[in-house]
Amino acid sequence: MAAVQWHSRARNYDAELQSCRLEAVPVEFGDYHPLKPITVTESKSRKGGRKGSTSSSSSSSSSVAPDPLSSMLDGTDPLSLFAAASETPGLSHGGAAGELGRKRKEREEEVGTDFEPWSAKRGEILARFTTTEKLSINLFMGSDKGKAPSPGSTVSEKVRTRLEELDDLEEGSQRELLNLSQQDYVNRIEELNQSLKEAWASDQKVKALKIVIQCSKLLSDTSVIQFYPSKFVLITDILDTFGRLVYERIWSMCADSRPLPESFSVEDVNDTAKETCLNWFFKIASIRELIPRLYVEAAILKCNRFLSRDGIQETLPRLTAMIRGIGDPLVAVYARAYLCRVGMEVAPHLKDSLNKNFFDLLGSFRQIHGDSVQNQLVLQRVEIPVYLTLYSPAIHWILQCVSYRAPEALLTEMMERCKQLGNNALLLNSVMWAFRAEFVAARATDFIGMIKDCDEAGFPKHLLFGSLGRSLACADPPESERLPILNEAWKVITKVRSPQDYINCAEIWVEFTCRHFTKREVNTVLADIIKHMTPDRAFEDAYPQLQSVIKKILTYFHDFSVLFSMERFLPFLDMFQKDSVRVEVCRSIMEVFIKYQQEPTRDPVILNALLHVCKTMHDSVNALTLEDEKRSLALLINGFIRMVSFGRDFEQQLSFCVEARATFCNLEPVMVQLIHTVNQLAMETWRVMRGSHSRKTAAFVRACAAYSFITIPSLTSIFNRLNLYLLSGQVALANQCLSQADAFLKAAVSILPEVPRSISVEGKLRSSEAFLLDFINNFLSTLLVVPDHPEQGVLYLVRGLLNMVQDYTWEDNSDAKVRVYISALPLLAALSQESYLYSIPKVDSNETLYGGDPKFVAEINKLCETLIGQVLDHLKTLGRDEGLRRQSSLAFSLFGCLLAHGDLRNNKLNQLAVNLWNLSHKHGFCDTRTSVRTLEYVKHQGQQANMNHISEMAQRLSLQSRA
Amino acid sequence: MSTSLDIRLKRANKVYHEGEVLAGVVVIICKEAVQHQGISLTMEGIVNLQLSSKSVGVFEAFYNSVKPIQLITSNIEVVKPGKVPGGKTEIPFEFPLHVKGNKVLYETYHGVFVNIQYTLRCDMKRSLLAKDLSKTCEFMVHCQPQKGKVLPGPVDFTITPETLQNVRERSSLPKFLIRGRLNATNCVITQPLTGELVVESSEVPIKSIELQLVRVETCGCAEGYARDATEIQNIQIAEGDVCHGLPIPIYMVFPRLFTCPTLETTNFKVEFEVNVVIVLHDDHLITENFPLKLCRV
Repeated sequence: MAAVQWHSRARNYDAELQSCRLEAVPVEFGDYHPLKPITVTESKSRKGGRKGSTSSSSSSSSSVAPDPLSSMLDGTDPLSLFAAASETPGLSHGGAAGELGRKRKEREEEVGTDFEPWSAKRGEILARFTTTEKLSINLFMGSDKGKAPSPGSTVSEKVRTRLEELDDLEEGSQRELLNLSQQDYVNRIEELNQSLKEAWASDQKVKALKIVIQCSKLLSDTSVIQFYPSKFVLITDILDTFGRLVYERIWSMCADSRPLPESFSVEDVNDTAKETCLNWFFKIASIRELIPRLYVEAAILKCNRFLSRDGIQETLPRLTAMIRGIGDPLVAVYARAYLCRVGMEVAPHLKDSLNKNFFDLLGSFRQIHGDSVQNQLVLQRVEIPVYLTLYSPAIHWILQCVSYRAPEALLTEMMERCKQLGNNALLLNSVMWAFRAEFVAARATDFIGMIKDCDEAGFPKHLLFGSLGRSLACADPPESERLPILNEAWKVITKVRSPQDYINCAEIWVEFTCRHFTKREVNTVLADIIKHMTPDRAFEDAYPQLQSVIKKILTYFHDFSVLFSMERFLPFLDMFQKDSVRVEVCRSIMEVFIKYQQEPTRDPVILNALLHVCKTMHDSVNALTLEDEKRSLALLINGFIRMVSFGRDFEQQLSFCVEARATFCNLEPVMVQLIHTVNQLAMETWRVMRGSHSRKTAAFVRACAAYSFITIPSLTSIFNRLNLYLLSGQVALANQCLSQADAFLKAAVSILPEVPRSISVEGKLRSSEAFLLDFINNFLSTLLVVPDHPEQGVLYLVRGLLNMVQDYTWEDNSDAKVRVYISALPLLAALSQESYLYSIPKVDSNETLYGGDPKFVAEINKLCETLIGQVLDHLKTLGRDEGLRRQSSLAFSLFGCLLAHGDLRNNKLNQLAVNLWNLSHKHGFCDTRTSVRTLEYVKHQGQQANMNHISEMAQRLSLQSRA
Repeated sequence: MSTSLDIRLKRANKVYHEGEVLAGVVVIICKEAVQHQGISLTMEGIVNLQLSSKSVGVFEAFYNSVKPIQLITSNIEVVKPGKVPGGKTEIPFEFPLHVKGNKVLYETYHGVFVNIQYTLRCDMKRSLLAKDLSKTCEFMVHCQPQKGKVLPGPVDFTITPETLQNVRERSSLPKFLIRGRLNATNCVITQPLTGELVVESSEVPIKSIELQLVRVETCGCAEGYARDATEIQNIQIAEGDVCHGLPIPIYMVFPRLFTCPTLETTNFKVEFEVNVVIVLHDDHLITENFPLKLCRV
């Protein structure tokens, strides 16, 4: 094809804009308009609807009726039930999940959600009471045959042996598992739990009972006493399983025709079920040993409901009294805890036996200091304070049950009773744990007095203060007592010797301090903590607690100027010397800062401190840091940078950015943010100066440009660099820094060849072509306003860009290069207009420089012709099978371009356009709908004045046949 | 092919009293029709007595077991020889529990030397080729409530080294003082034995406190009589060194079948006792015995 001659169409942008605008029609009040407030129209239409429609439709339209979905769920949302069940951690038995959820729901009906359930405690106990000593399970099967002489028995033999078997799991066998590690032990117990369920499922009820009895026997064994609370938890799990199985079995026996309602009465239970139930109770009543008999009967306490109305009410006090027979105080107290737990679950209204339990506990309290206990402790080499803490979970639980919704008078009475006992620290501790926080808080001063009176040798005092602090963190003591309380408490806390004990206690009290006092007191507390934790690097073992201190302070102090004005805050941070912890703490500080800092700040204290914090985070980045980690750190640092503002002091801001750049050089997103900040700064200056810079501000914005110019090359991501060059160039241009803008744009052009063919996007390798095309189009539109450099040739940058495009190694079989050429045509057409579509204030674009000089236009036209020539050459190469579709699409784009920007009065161009149209339709790859609409547009254009050539052309364009 | 024979009593707990009607059904389940020579039911109440080898010689005990005493017997033919159709067949029956003459229906009791047992047996006679089928089922008899009021008769007791009998070396005994109380020794069999016990003081720690329920069976025969005490059950009420001064409950449920109202007849006697057993840490065993009189109201 011969060379084409290009003539750009002359454009009158203003007129075009006018003609494109829709006519503005004022909307009358009653008219329909989609953007009018909905309520008005709705009320109207509804009124009409109601009048006209049938009753059924009117009821549905005025639907205040219950939502069928929500009514179906009606509180028993299965998902939340599962969620509730899955809360129980670790060892819970999978199959019991649903049941557990149901159980909890029932309990909630009577007990309410404010009662902390056992499931919440058990995990804590298991985690707390551990041992490294070897454990043993003695499933005692040594059947004492001697006591059961069996001559001359007849048919009754079966019955008798059955009863005897209750004591032996496998007749005559004795299984003793010695030297178990704690984990082995837990596994064994879980195995027993499983075999219990299996035995039950295979209808071996007697075996199931035997397992349960053997398990509960383990609870009378107090060797390895430190593990006892955990053992209790594990074994009561089995008992719970058993209780549930028995209850469900009997319950299902009653449900011959219809299931028994949850609130059944004795009359609804049939004889067979009653007999079975009675049988269980007789069997259990004949268990020889006290502890298994007690536990197993407690486990099936709920079954009393099948036998009589008052069964539970009569049984609970009896079992309570039975516990008096347990000599070991620890075993006894846990048995009480279990009874209270079952009692709360089955009959929470029976408060009396709960109280009775507590008073019995007080009555036998002196046992703890009895000789047998002391001997045992010496034997096991356990210290008294450690031993006493073993009681805490059980006593906590008992007191929690007793005090739940108990009247004030009862609580006061309980407290009085505790007071009367000598050395009552253990009880006092539980009282503070279990009683309502408000109750404790109101009497905080009394409690401190009592704590002081306690014997030093017994229960550790720091635990007592810990418990008190815990209550005070939830409820406020009277205003006037607060400072004395803190003083008294801290006096004791500061004397605690062991750093671990100290920090455990101090951590709790930090909350109270933060809640009620100012930075002065908190600062003092921090100073004290530093003093205690620094010797021997004790802080190394207390990172979780120290972190929690920081977290608590951050919850109460959101004003960072106050926070950092605490002298001891930063030294406190210095205690976090393990990198991971340190970064974690810094993170939490930054998170709070970003969340609560509303106003930009220039406070040097905050800036210095946070810069330090951010630097710590930044410095943690190394070659092994994960990409996500870097991203989140950078996000936090960026949040900080965005919050820094020196107001009108732009230079200071710039120097801050310089400093930040030096500090955060390893995090690319931060670099990017800094460049954006500086660009923003330049534009802010521009805004303040209303577009005309003084000499000083001009120098400043050039400094900004220089900042960006030297920062951008340090970025690794090529597209970040390209986009920032372009953006900075635009900013420089806006600020009338022509040579800087030139430099930016030139730099962008010069790095274009470096763009790799594929880049990694979110971890996947993708072709970079689309991004590159985007960028180039963006770049081209900027070039419209960039004036030519006086010392360089015409359209220096455009040519430079096109050369780069020409030389770039595009992907094989890609039309990208040609697409760039096609999109360069509109730019060139726009450049040749007499007045440009847009321009930058106070910057003379080429329109002014050349003033529509024919030489300039000719230059442009020549360029266009070259480009079109290139495109046409490329089109030719696409003449083969697989290229046809692409050929059609490219030809159509070029046609569109000619139509929009070319002067089609020129016959050659006109002919070219028609040829392109035909080419694109030749092989039927053209989208018919697009061609139809284009043709319509062409015809529409042709109808306007002076557009005859278009309408003539329209007649020569034929649509693709639908063959 | 297989045919199953079963007896189902109307009452789930299988407990009947004299003068009542023992009612139920014989259940025959078979796949196809079964030919038989008649189905009969036998109801029988028997007291089995056995002499212990301790009281008489081993061989005498073996040979000389006392003749069982029959309390009640009754036999009826339920179905005449013929065919039972396939499937499940239920044949209802009723036995009035009446005794002849001045005999009494003693309460069901499973002991060591004395056994009082009531059975119901169903027999299906069949032709020579097939085995006869038989099914036995035990039912309980509770004796009529005793007339007259049961006086509880509470018993207070104190155990000290001085109150003990059968002590070999009184001087080696540690000091202790245990007080207690049984709420009744005339016990209603359906009610538990209750009371309480206080360890006031003890020089040596206590290891365990137990309640031992003992039966005392006496069999009389021509050659004389044998009296034997054996343990029925042992219930621990305290474990370890219990808190001094705090009352510990005494509570024991009388096991079914193994206990019955105290019984005294011309041929045999069944009596019960309870021992409060205190085991000290140095394995001293202190026992206090209380005869009980059980009755049914």
